[in-house]
Amino acid sequence: MKIVVAIRQVPERGARLRVNAAGNAIDEDGLQWGPNEPDAYALEHALALRAAAGGEVLVLSVGPERASSVLRDALAKGADRAIHVLAADLDALAVARILAAIARQESADLLLTGLQSEDMGYGQTPVLAAGLLGVPHVTLALDIARTEAGLRVTRELEEGWRQSVELPLPAVVAVQAGGIALSYATLMGIKRARSKELRTVAATELGLALEPSLVIERLTPPVKTRSTQLLEGAPDQAAAALIAKLRNEVHVL
Amino acid sequence: MSNVLVVLESRGATLTHASLEALTAAHRLGSPITVVVVGADTAALASRAAQHNVARVVRVEHALLVSYSADAWTAALDPLIRAEEPAFVLFPHSYQARDFAPALAVRFHQMLVSDVVAIDAGPVFLRPVYEGRLLAACRIATAAPGFVSVQAGAFAAAEPGSGAAPIEIFTPDLAPSVLRTHSGEPFRAGGSAVDLTSAARIVSVGRGIQSEERLPMVRELAEALGAELAASRPVCDAGWVSADRQVGSSGQTVAPRLYLALGISGATQHLQGMRGSGCIVAINRDPDAPIFEVADYGIVGDLFELVPAITRALRSA
Repeated sequence: MKIVVAIRQVPERGARLRVNAAGNAIDEDGLQWGPNEPDAYALEHALALRAAAGGEVLVLSVGPERASSVLRDALAKGADRAIHVLAADLDALAVARILAAIARQESADLLLTGLQSEDMGYGQTPVLAAGLLGVPHVTLALDIARTEAGLRVTRELEEGWRQSVELPLPAVVAVQAGGIALSYATLMGIKRARSKELRTVAATELGLALEPSLVIERLTPPVKTRSTQLLEGAPDQAAAALIAKLRNEVHVL
Repeated sequence: MSNVLVVLESRGATLTHASLEALTAAHRLGSPITVVVVGADTAALASRAAQHNVARVVRVEHALLVSYSADAWTAALDPLIRAEEPAFVLFPHSYQARDFAPALAVRFHQMLVSDVVAIDAGPVFLRPVYEGRLLAACRIATAAPGFVSVQAGAFAAAEPGSGAAPIEIFTPDLAPSVLRTHSGEPFRAGGSAVDLTSAARIVSVGRGIQSEERLPMVRELAEALGAELAASRPVCDAGWVSADRQVGSSGQTVAPRLYLALGISGATQHLQGMRGSGCIVAINRDPDAPIFEVADYGIVGDLFELVPAITRALRSA
């Protein structure tokens, strides 16, 4: 089975984000970057499927030059080869067009990726790609198993419910975080990764329509829905102040 | 005239609250508003929908729509949208809509403007980005129809009014071969679920706890407060707290009198599960964490110093 895993590079969790001078994107100066977490889970599922059923795991990232680091990490964790599509600031539809084009080029049996990115959070790129490819999809996957007819996927529903879905290949599966353990690259893996293929191609060379469908006009801090009273001081002082508030003002103790 | 379609969702015989919130959002985009109910037998849902001050109700009805599937929903709604030529099609930003609405949008060479929390004149759509740390104002750059999903809790649910809108039936031409996936019955993950929804006080722990070894101090605080222990998704994913204590859209939706969020940054999916709490206290190292947007009281600082300090303060008082 040939599996393409799409991995997006996003700012590291908890990074201080500032809006750029133009007001419509973040200022990337001094930011640390890493893989989008649900995409990291997608890679683990791909490696597990390869271990169980054989085949090849190709990792793909769409992004500027810095994005190649998530591909190198994925190769070190065990992916077989990588494609970096050089592009900046594409919306979900443009990225989906690229994922679909590569999946088609590679005759992939399965396109796996996280269900949502931690940056723009459109939460739809895999479903758009499935539509473009004309293949079935499953979202919110927690467990993926190969069957004779294709795949059996356990998907998450709302409020603690789950569901099992059977589907044929080729297919697109959007992975939810948490269904499988994340691995770390070993020294041996990092060493092996150096000899693996990492091909770079410019998005503009793919002959796709990549003009924006959605234009971000500005980024602002979110609107506060409650006014937060900040309690300051040393830990013991802040703690005592909090207990006093909860007891005497909110009456919840 | 900018005709707006709203695709409603149901659970059993009732329309979901999130659907009625999407209907409220539709009023900001134009009129007339047509609401759509989808299923194998939608008579009861349609008559409920008809009471919500809308121009029309369309029942998209077919035997293959007896239970939800992305394939059938997409194939059934596609011809309706082509016939209606709406300016916008709205959905609640539910798990279900996220599963099929993008597949529908892409058939019209569109993406979904997802997770919208407000709509300004233009229309300019406001949606959270960077896990709720920033808000993006976006404009659709393509021709109609625009596809939009509305975050739960962002708009007040539409109330039923007087009068009943006309109801029409739309029968899509669906063949069984349209269904490429086959879904089993939903089942509960794990065994017996802990019911957090009736808890008066909840102490909830997030990624900031860093390791399982730090959990005992949180349990002690919960005990001193007489509170139930809960956690955000990453802590449950790591297996440090059992999944049946997860708060958020994929776990339980709670509204205790006191919600103490420890080291929880406040991703949208978590906020949706607890923003209805009476008093929200957030403790986090990061002053920019989105949890502070919903908190009544906040302490910016080190969890590992503050949690034992609060437990001591409770015990000594």
